[in-house]
Amino acid sequence: MKSYLLVAVILFVVFFNSCNNYSKQDVFHGLNLDPVNDSLTLPGNFGLVVVSEGVGKARHIYVRDNGDIYVNLESKVEDSSLVALRDTNGDGWAEDVKYFDNYRGTGIAIDGNYLYASSRTEVFRYTFDGNELLPNLNKDTLISGFEAKSNHHPKGFTFDKLGHIYVNVGSPSNACMEQFRTPNSLGKDPCPELEFNAGIWKFNKNKINQTQQIDGIKYATGIRNAMALDWSEANGGLYAISHGRDQLNTLWPGQWTDEENAELPSEEFFKVDEGDDFGWPYCYHDRFQNKKVLAPEYGGDGKIIGRCEDVKEPLIGFPAHWAPMDLLFYTGDMFPERYKNGAFIAFHGSWNRAPLEQKGHRVVFVPFKDGKLATDKWEDFAVGFPHTEHVTGSSRPKYRPIGLAQGPDGSLYIADSRVGKIWRIIYMGK
Amino acid sequence: MKLFLRNTRCRILCMGFVMFFIAGCRNENSKIHSTDITVEKKNAKIETPEYLEGKKYFNQYCMACHMQDGMGVPGMNPPLVKTSWVLGDKARLIGVVLNGLSGDIEINGELYSNSMGSFATLEDKEIALVLSYVRQSFGNDAGPVTQEEVAKVRASIK
Repeated sequence: MKSYLLVAVILFVVFFNSCNNYSKQDVFHGLNLDPVNDSLTLPGNFGLVVVSEGVGKARHIYVRDNGDIYVNLESKVEDSSLVALRDTNGDGWAEDVKYFDNYRGTGIAIDGNYLYASSRTEVFRYTFDGNELLPNLNKDTLISGFEAKSNHHPKGFTFDKLGHIYVNVGSPSNACMEQFRTPNSLGKDPCPELEFNAGIWKFNKNKINQTQQIDGIKYATGIRNAMALDWSEANGGLYAISHGRDQLNTLWPGQWTDEENAELPSEEFFKVDEGDDFGWPYCYHDRFQNKKVLAPEYGGDGKIIGRCEDVKEPLIGFPAHWAPMDLLFYTGDMFPERYKNGAFIAFHGSWNRAPLEQKGHRVVFVPFKDGKLATDKWEDFAVGFPHTEHVTGSSRPKYRPIGLAQGPDGSLYIADSRVGKIWRIIYMGK
Repeated sequence: MKLFLRNTRCRILCMGFVMFFIAGCRNENSKIHSTDITVEKKNAKIETPEYLEGKKYFNQYCMACHMQDGMGVPGMNPPLVKTSWVLGDKARLIGVVLNGLSGDIEINGELYSNSMGSFATLEDKEIALVLSYVRQSFGNDAGPVTQEEVAKVRASIK
């Protein structure tokens, strides 16, 4: 009998120890922390709360000053493509989830009493009457007239403090080739796509019914696709991170190896000032030479600089094809002092490294100090998203980080593009 | 002795439970590998010289966007698996390779928006081989595309 009791105890202990990682709940300031950080790896003393298991294929995310969360979706859920979430009991999990409006876009942000959200071709503005979760759905069209295109369509945007909104208008092509993504096709010269694409456009954030053609100011050009952009008052203006070019190997067979294609062309992190030209499509940034070189579509061989001599260089060239999707300068008080005014970047993870392993699915941190880069080094902040190690297929990862937002308490929110999972990162060291 | 045996049995039973729970609680990464192996095994059955030549063209021209596993890139480049674009009307499939494709397409409820360039510079035979490879790979099991079928579609475009 005694030994049966012993067996029962052992079984209980075995059961408890082998699975308790997945059932235990820690609580911090009322928030239900995930005891294993949902399998993500974060720096020490950071913890994580799961806000939602999935709202639909998320793009950008924004958190209102009352803690309500807004997400723009790439595909429709309940015939809607925007979603609002509210945590009604302070445990971190969003119980109240409401879908609204109906277009598939990317950008979303709140400024004053207005919610701004972008489709592929417009930026809309909604008004909050008070503290309600959903804004008034009679929206205004703030900006229209962006060219409809299937590549690089995301209209990420941000605001300055002087009443302007800055909108990313990506390039319709990879490298402005005469024949779209066709091996050995030369580039159009000059590239006509630059007139209304491949740059950042500036508008009045308070004037409705603007068009890109009439009201837009081309703030900076030669940017292939910088849907990740943010204004940093402390660091003197607009910053963006652009997706570098694809397919050196397959478009220029024999000139570049698979490894060179997978590693050379940087994802470029820029300080963007009015009038800047970053050189696309004529130039790309080589991460190892750490300079802009002439693109093969315009006679480049990987070494010739030529007309790229005078284009503006990036602050940092990140590894090729990691796909920067969102940029956020941290202004909160929750995280340690060294994070203040530094940049978080959400990398979606690559596809154009094939046949090599895909890489890059992570959120990184770039420290800033005294209004500029603290060093040229960056560091991993959130890594270990499931099914991202040793995969060659881009559809394998279970989650891919795509959107970043800062909560009123200084929490960092991360949204995922596969199912729209939302994590809230908190610092517990204080 | 009896007690010893019983204890041993207990230990074995406990270890069994431990294994069971470890298996139940481990992360799902291991499952992916087993899927990969299944796909490779399935393909191994049909590796004729034509199939291997089609695979060579696929790796050269298609894999960069559609991926080695034919599953594409979410939201961007469509999968080539279990879709009527690949398994259905051969003339439409040949047309996509010759003309390229732009605009959103929907496959199994997901939208894919990247444009594809034209591959009309490839020879009829090369297109036939690569499409036959695609129709017989990644779990697909459809009949081959012939050089004549490609020529016919090409002629109708001109």
